[in-house]
Amino acid sequence: MSKPREVLLDPLIDNNPIGLQVLGICSALAVTTKLETSIVMTFAVLFVLVTSTVAVSVLRSLIPGSVRIITQLTIIASMVMIADQILKAYLYSISLQLSVFVGLIITNCIIMGRCEAFAMQNKPWPSFLDAVGNAAGYGLVLILVGFFRELLGSGKLLGVTILPTVSEGGWYVPNGLMVLSPAAFILIGCFIWVVRSARPEQIEEEFHVGALSQPGYEGDLR
Amino acid sequence: MLEHYLSLATKAIFVENMALAFFLGMCSFLAVSRKVETSFGLGLAVVFVLGITTPLNQILYKNLLEEGALSWLPGGESVNLAFLSYLVLIGTIAATVQIVEMVIDRYAPALYGSLGVFLPLIAVNCAILGGALFMVQRDYTLGEAAVFGTGSGMGFALAIVALAAVRERMRYSDVPPPLRGLGITFITVGLMAIAFMSFSGIQL
Repeated sequence: MSKPREVLLDPLIDNNPIGLQVLGICSALAVTTKLETSIVMTFAVLFVLVTSTVAVSVLRSLIPGSVRIITQLTIIASMVMIADQILKAYLYSISLQLSVFVGLIITNCIIMGRCEAFAMQNKPWPSFLDAVGNAAGYGLVLILVGFFRELLGSGKLLGVTILPTVSEGGWYVPNGLMVLSPAAFILIGCFIWVVRSARPEQIEEEFHVGALSQPGYEGDLR
Repeated sequence: MLEHYLSLATKAIFVENMALAFFLGMCSFLAVSRKVETSFGLGLAVVFVLGITTPLNQILYKNLLEEGALSWLPGGESVNLAFLSYLVLIGTIAATVQIVEMVIDRYAPALYGSLGVFLPLIAVNCAILGGALFMVQRDYTLGEAAVFGTGSGMGFALAIVALAAVRERMRYSDVPPPLRGLGITFITVGLMAIAFMSFSGIQL
């Protein structure tokens, strides 16, 4: 059993769900055009991740192995339904902007991944910490990408003008690419670049040419 | 009528490509795109499952969940079960994937050999649930749902095979160490998404 502090802080940089575990990419890319939607999405994921991992962890000895995937999916889907209803009730305009991506939290691999990899083997309290840590690591990337995309794409942050754009009589020429979807990929690619330059142990050694012909080399199927 | 379906299919494959325009199914898109062969298998499985589950979910949604769908029941006019849709949609998908897996295993062992490993992965592939949610949001009819499901599956398959081909070639290039693997893949996908944006001007 690792220390609670490690469980909580590890997913931020050293084992980031997006940067290293390749989990939960879909929503990370689609909702980050604005900082506001990124923040709301982070909290929605935090809520679902914490409640569902704790629920799975409490029930872990009762869930039969053969139907665990569908049991976990049902638990997660119920939590997402609650989050969706809350968003629709109190933040209706943002919930419209997030459209199908709230529902897609169900299939956000971070949640399935943490339920399966951590909560099924651990007690509720460590699972809670693990969930908070992973949600924070996910949110960190989401908010960083959202920050840059909104700032460079429309010169605003949370709807407040930071860089006055040319069309409004200012000096900043907005970078149209940032508002479009491909920018998210490129920004996350750069984020990984920065992290791995600082943490060289994360560098993947898959790039020798002979690897293709080795038997059993299939990559990690997820 | 045929024209309408054809334009819907083209739109689903190219203009609104699941992977490159909506970023759905990204986890498997990035993780299983190291070899063309395996990514083709995954792509085929996605076409298969999306083509089955989207119309199936359409039937369930229209006849059970939508507001006023239960009006044939006495006192059912005021029932709106739309808030249950996530649970029903994902349940249908997971169950269908299980059944499809068993059927293929029993009747088409050769196909099972190439698709088998991917089928369980697909239950939690966002592209499948995304297809169902878009179907609900855009209010498709049964025929449209079938065309849309198959079309978006084909779009996903096209994108993942293309990415795998690029990644196989990339093995021979000298990428800066911190970018190797995931980093450069992200940037490649970004460039591919820019290329696919050229379809977005097409009006159908």
